[in-house]
Amino acid sequence: MNLSKKQKIDLFNTMLTIRRFEERLFDEFYAGSITGFVHSYIGEEAIATGVIAHLKKEDRIVSHHRGHGHCIAKGADMKRMMAEIYGRKTGYCKGKGGSMHIADFSIGMLGADGIVGAGLPIATGASIAAQLEGKGNVAAVFFGDGACQEGEFHEALNLASLWKLPLLFVCENNGWGVNTSIGESFGAKEITRVPDAFHIAHKTVDGNDVERVYQAAEKAVARLRKGSGPFFLECKTYRWHKHFLSDALPDLRPKNELEAWKKKCPVKAYETKLLKQGILTPKKIAAMNAKIMDAVEEANQYALASPFPKPQDALQDIYSK
Amino acid sequence: MREITYDQAALEAIQEEFRRDPRTVHMATDLPPELRQEFGSDRIRVTPIAENNFVGASIGLAGSGFRTVANIRMATFGFVALDQMMNHAAKITYMFGGQAKFPILYRMTVGGGFQGAAEHSISPYSMYMNVPGLKILLPTTPYDVKGLLKTALRDNNPVVSFEHFLLGGTIGEVPEKEYFIPFGKADIKRKGTDVTVVALAKMVHEALAVAEELAGKGISLEVIDPRTLIPFDKQTVIRSVKKTGRLVVVDEACQTCGAAAEIIAFTTSDKSAFGKLKSAPVRVCGMDIPIPFSPPMEKFALPDKKKIIRAVMNVLGD
Repeated sequence: MNLSKKQKIDLFNTMLTIRRFEERLFDEFYAGSITGFVHSYIGEEAIATGVIAHLKKEDRIVSHHRGHGHCIAKGADMKRMMAEIYGRKTGYCKGKGGSMHIADFSIGMLGADGIVGAGLPIATGASIAAQLEGKGNVAAVFFGDGACQEGEFHEALNLASLWKLPLLFVCENNGWGVNTSIGESFGAKEITRVPDAFHIAHKTVDGNDVERVYQAAEKAVARLRKGSGPFFLECKTYRWHKHFLSDALPDLRPKNELEAWKKKCPVKAYETKLLKQGILTPKKIAAMNAKIMDAVEEANQYALASPFPKPQDALQDIYSK
Repeated sequence: MREITYDQAALEAIQEEFRRDPRTVHMATDLPPELRQEFGSDRIRVTPIAENNFVGASIGLAGSGFRTVANIRMATFGFVALDQMMNHAAKITYMFGGQAKFPILYRMTVGGGFQGAAEHSISPYSMYMNVPGLKILLPTTPYDVKGLLKTALRDNNPVVSFEHFLLGGTIGEVPEKEYFIPFGKADIKRKGTDVTVVALAKMVHEALAVAEELAGKGISLEVIDPRTLIPFDKQTVIRSVKKTGRLVVVDEACQTCGAAAEIIAFTTSDKSAFGKLKSAPVRVCGMDIPIPFSPPMEKFALPDKKKIIRAVMNVLGD
């Protein structure tokens, strides 16, 4: 289906928001104000944006260690995200999770899991719930090419196939697990050969082209809502930064590879396209950008103004009442 | 009072709670026919042999507002699911700041003594005790298993019930009227004055047999069944040791870093109990070896009545 002008602007706005949020994290990390593990989503924004645009609040997603983009696209509050990343009491997890474990169950964001592949079995459960509720809701799970090497991946595909679960598998294939290429770690070579073996419908798209992702996800989610079983969407992309932000961690990926992918920046490419189509003007873009920058600044200020948890707060929330 | 088996009592707990709450799901690699018949195939699901998957799916269901019973069968199969159990089920309530509830009941059998050999015999509950976030049950009688599982099925946390493989067919009194057994409340299975015997899992029954035997010789054992390992009813043990001055802990799990070590540690760390001790506490545990197949070796590896009696005599100074 053709996208309306508003839909296009929304997609661009979400991508730009993720980009600006992640850029701010990058700056604050290297300025020393944010500490700990931070995995940047820069370069992959089109995937979370294009997929989650089709999900309702009642649809549930499961994310991974590189999960900020999924949270923002699902409608999470950047202030509480930022506070969590700063380890503050006002964060989504009261400072107990940090950057890798942001969750907001009230908007169907069932959390980010830091063990590669671990979100997949959890997401099968979320989709069983959707199936039992019978309201046409779906679940989506985001994971990378690295997760496809884990047994959890194959088990989740098997279950989803057997039980016709309304589960959208979104593989963010950025070609690298830390510094190990997929060529060195994945015997099937083409990831979609695996869902294919389980009779799961699949499609591979340019994960840097937000409209391609959007259109593929639109068809996939419509299928899921009708109860036609799971769908596997592979989005080819590239991460711009190291596995996580760090001075110590080396980046062993070929330099020319990164440069080539930077030329295919999902945000810049869409901006150029929308300018050409006359949907956006430089002035409109500047206004959008200013608004986003304000929101990111506000989130950062909120985090900085928020108190740290008390040491003894570590003893709370081990169990639910 | 009517008598039913341990397995029937456990099944009743699940049936009653599944009737009460339609947002409940059962997952296991084999079919429980009674449950399937009553609750249908949507809620009673036979899973592929992928323990890690359905242990994880239970978490996703819980996070989506469903309560799940996941029967892993044997604790050795539970090791296949340790990523989801230890990295996720145990931690998510905490890691996500307590914003969601995860009502899950995981069941698995433990123990040896049935010639299952090393890959079907083990009692790994102390490993689970070492990963905070789970509640841990060790029901030893039909009465206890029903009452504890009923409580587990109203709890809003991941609960792991370790049930000894050889107890499933044992028979005991179970009231028809509904009841619940609270977590963290030990059961003094036999009152006594000379030696406190804290026994775990099937060893409760061995300890009770020893108590009966020694009563004839004028030795009075107090047999305590903790029933839940997390939370643990420390006060009942401490109170008993202050009375008897002697402590024997019997557990068929391996001795090293086991629950028995923890029980002795918290008791002897309690100044009032420590001051009352008349002899050093003794552990009677499984040997630190994989459980062997051949009966003479298997019997050698596990605690039995003879070994318990020896330990009791030891703390009595004989």
